[in-house]
Amino acid sequence: MPSLFWEDFKPGRVFEHGPRRLPRDEMIAFAAEFDAQPMHLDEAAARETMLGGLAASGWYLCCILMRMSADAFVLDSSSMGAPGVDEVKWLKPVRPDDELRLRATVLDARASKSRPDMGLVRFGFELFNAAGEKVMTLTTSLMMGRRQAAAS
Amino acid sequence: MKFWDDIVVGDKTSLGDFTFTTERIKAFARRFDPQAFHLDEAAAARSHFGALCASGWHTASVWMRLMVEHERRDNAATRARGEPMARLGPSPGFRELKWLKPVYVGETITYATEVIEKRPSASRPDWGLITIRNTGANQKGEMVLSFVSVAFVERRKRVA
Repeated sequence: MPSLFWEDFKPGRVFEHGPRRLPRDEMIAFAAEFDAQPMHLDEAAARETMLGGLAASGWYLCCILMRMSADAFVLDSSSMGAPGVDEVKWLKPVRPDDELRLRATVLDARASKSRPDMGLVRFGFELFNAAGEKVMTLTTSLMMGRRQAAAS
Repeated sequence: MKFWDDIVVGDKTSLGDFTFTTERIKAFARRFDPQAFHLDEAAAARSHFGALCASGWHTASVWMRLMVEHERRDNAATRARGEPMARLGPSPGFRELKWLKPVYVGETITYATEVIEKRPSASRPDWGLITIRNTGANQKGEMVLSFVSVAFVERRKRVA
């Protein structure tokens, strides 16, 4: 039984996680599989690009954000997944071996009219690098089961 | 990659397809999205999804993979013709990502992209920005994924 239900996600509540290091080999392995562009794969070629050096794929950062959220609270919640993502902004390049911290803030929560067993919780996610700079933001609503539904 | 100048709003590109096998779904979920409905058949059967399904981040990341593979083929053809090609720059982000239907084991998703807007970059005169709508549809033709992203594309060198 999870310990966090829809009722527990009050606006303003904050979940934090990290730091989590992004090892160079893992960052490059993701790029090789899903985003094989020179700026994500090869140090010398990446220096010639707009990013000015090897940088993580934005999709890798989305996946890391997912994993850090899972470890921060999602795996201990009644999560039913998400219908989508409102917006993602990649604000700064993330370099190999940087350490990221996650902050997830509950923006609002609403019950579902059609599905009394669940509600939606809208989160603002932020990733920060080791220097404390914000490197990415993501806004999404997660579907969460309600406590009453789990008890009945 | 076509130069920004030659890209036309309304350009549509078919990117190919990808089959989400049990092994691929679980390997991705183990690394990035270890929720029970992406990892464990029995737990997924009890969930509202009813069966094991791929992480939405997996279905979205595969769009990027097929996009890159398409660019590689396209660039090889351009090179073979001896024509110059544009560089694809980084993306500042995306919006309106919708996971419209679960992607279950064995489903084959066909991806596509369409240019919906273009504008010059105010800060980088050698570059322009394109806005594209990206989609994935299952073998029944049902849309499972849609999002709108922005990317930098190199402009043609202006002849003085």
